[in-house]
Amino acid sequence: MTPPDPSQVAIEVRGVEKTFRIPTHRVDSLKERLTAFSEQDFRVLHALRDVSFDIQRGEFFGIVGRNGSGKSTLLKILASIYKADAGRVRMAGRLAPFIELGVGFNMELSARENVELNGVMMGLTRQNARSRLGAVLEFAELEEFVDLKLKNYSSGMLVRLAFSVMIQSDAEILLIDEVLAVGDASFQQKCADVFYEIRDSERTVVFVTHDMNAVEQYCHRAMLLHDGSVTSIGDSGEVARSYLRLNFEQAPAADSDMGGMADITLGDVWLEDREGKRITNVEKGAELRFGATLEAHRPVEGPTFGFSFANADGIEVTGFGVGLDLDGGTLPDRLEAGQRIRLGGEIENRFEPGRYVVKCWIHREHNYANLVLHSPQVLDFVVYGKDGPGVVALDHEIEVTVEDEAAMEADRER
Amino acid sequence: MSAEPANLELREVPGPSAIGGGRHRFFELLWLMSVTEFKKTFFGTVLGYVWSLMRPLLLFAVLLLVFTQIFKVGSQVLHYPVLLLFNIVLFGFFLEGTGAAVGAVLGQEGIVRKTQFPRLVIPLAVVLTALFTLGLNMVVVVVFMLAFGLTPLWSWLLFPVILVPLAVLTCALAMLLSALNVRFRDVAIIWTVLATALNYATPVIYPLQIIKNETLKHALMANPLAPIFQQAHLWLIDDPETEGLITAAGGPLPLVVAALIYVAVCIAGVWVFTREAPRIAEQL
Repeated sequence: MTPPDPSQVAIEVRGVEKTFRIPTHRVDSLKERLTAFSEQDFRVLHALRDVSFDIQRGEFFGIVGRNGSGKSTLLKILASIYKADAGRVRMAGRLAPFIELGVGFNMELSARENVELNGVMMGLTRQNARSRLGAVLEFAELEEFVDLKLKNYSSGMLVRLAFSVMIQSDAEILLIDEVLAVGDASFQQKCADVFYEIRDSERTVVFVTHDMNAVEQYCHRAMLLHDGSVTSIGDSGEVARSYLRLNFEQAPAADSDMGGMADITLGDVWLEDREGKRITNVEKGAELRFGATLEAHRPVEGPTFGFSFANADGIEVTGFGVGLDLDGGTLPDRLEAGQRIRLGGEIENRFEPGRYVVKCWIHREHNYANLVLHSPQVLDFVVYGKDGPGVVALDHEIEVTVEDEAAMEADRER
Repeated sequence: MSAEPANLELREVPGPSAIGGGRHRFFELLWLMSVTEFKKTFFGTVLGYVWSLMRPLLLFAVLLLVFTQIFKVGSQVLHYPVLLLFNIVLFGFFLEGTGAAVGAVLGQEGIVRKTQFPRLVIPLAVVLTALFTLGLNMVVVVVFMLAFGLTPLWSWLLFPVILVPLAVLTCALAMLLSALNVRFRDVAIIWTVLATALNYATPVIYPLQIIKNETLKHALMANPLAPIFQQAHLWLIDDPETEGLITAAGGPLPLVVAALIYVAVCIAGVWVFTREAPRIAEQL
């Protein structure tokens, strides 16, 4: 692996600021504009505040942050799609963006036409743009769909084509936004191979993702954005950990969306390993224990506590509901004001690698209609390891045997 | 296609804009976008070309019927059918260019939100596509003129002198409308009404000489499209009845007003588009 050359800066960002004015009531017609007597009301959203950093040539640079932290805005400024309000961006070399899972396609056109159009946008001549087509389609494995209009493509095919267009471009700098969240296992493997290859090449990559494993795997360095500011920058492992810590700290704060103080509140939710050490990353198949503390503020009859685990696609992979006297519980089926409970135990770890979100519901009187609390994100964790197909990793014992003549004969007779 | 190390010095990233990024790239992109769009209309459907020709021809047939059989005005004017078909096709270019431009930026949302390229390409490509259509339709018009028995005139060669100012005005309006429609989505509706009004305020379906109300005729010449179409009439058909621009306008004043409006629209188009271009992606 050739380390990036610190003397050569590929991207230099200095004091970049970006604010959006978000109208509380959107005016998008002339009629409304003309009939609005007062100044328009709007809320100022500070998307980026004084962001400065350097990326060296050849570096694989990760940008992480929670949703709304300004990652996408920053990427769009780097890609010259948005204009920064202040500050300056300088870049050495040409740039190929892959933003919001695409590179800018016209859905009415075929893959052939789009590849050509994209090439010309990147500054190639039409001739050169056309000559790229073969390589792009081969990588995307879409040769047979070359003349199909993109509106008839599946979303997976679109992402493959877009990623391939970006990878096959001859740009020195690549901007990649969250490509790992989509695609099937074989495509993800392909991405992984390409990432390893690029990491050790001269090309510079700016990589935005929520997948902290990917950050640690590929990135030389990373940067954490929080509320539009750079919180930390440096070693990718450390940045990934501070991201997870940030997520963990803030998750319970994003508590009940019921308004006001709920009758029961969540204290803490965590995962721990076999030794009882709290963890935010779990290896695939490793022993996994779940814990949560809750506090009642008013008496609640027959409470049920439900937790579900959803993967990055929003699919609920598993979940459980427990009560005080259910499933062999022996406690009185009632919580008094001020009473605290703790629930915990082992969860069979059949999670496939990826990012998971834990949701929590609490009901009273064992009735799903009587919601006490609903928290869409009480915990956020990552399972790492070798990726397999599907949503969960089930045990299997499959044998392969060679059938001999006699057995085949017997089969035939049956 | 290999990386050129000479390129690898730090350069300021300019951000999105109306033009910029090299003249070569601009024209390549403009050409490619308009040709693809053109191909899509003409070869995308089985009867692509037939359909796009049917529209002006059907309109022509209806108007010809109305103005020669019902209102009888057509029969007072020399070679009225030729004039009518020519005008419909030429005004069709203006309508197609401006009409398609209104939704053009919104229609290219996928590209605008994800790539950096000179935004001006979008409205100009729409006008260029309309220009290709005009070229094809003009072939039909010329065939019709010859079949109608018109003797070719030297002044027909002056057609570019008509087309250039019309195309420039169409471009300016295309820029203005495409940029404004991103912010105010009712521009499309407003323009539909305005375009129809302009159609009647320009001597397209009627020749100027049939208007008996002199004041009205003079006022019409203040519409920048009117002098263009009147001049086209003069050069298309050798008819002593057709009035020159100054006569039709009853003096230079309406023509000066028309010129001022023309310049104002052009300036507004360029100004609004360059001002909006850097923010277009944010407002989609």
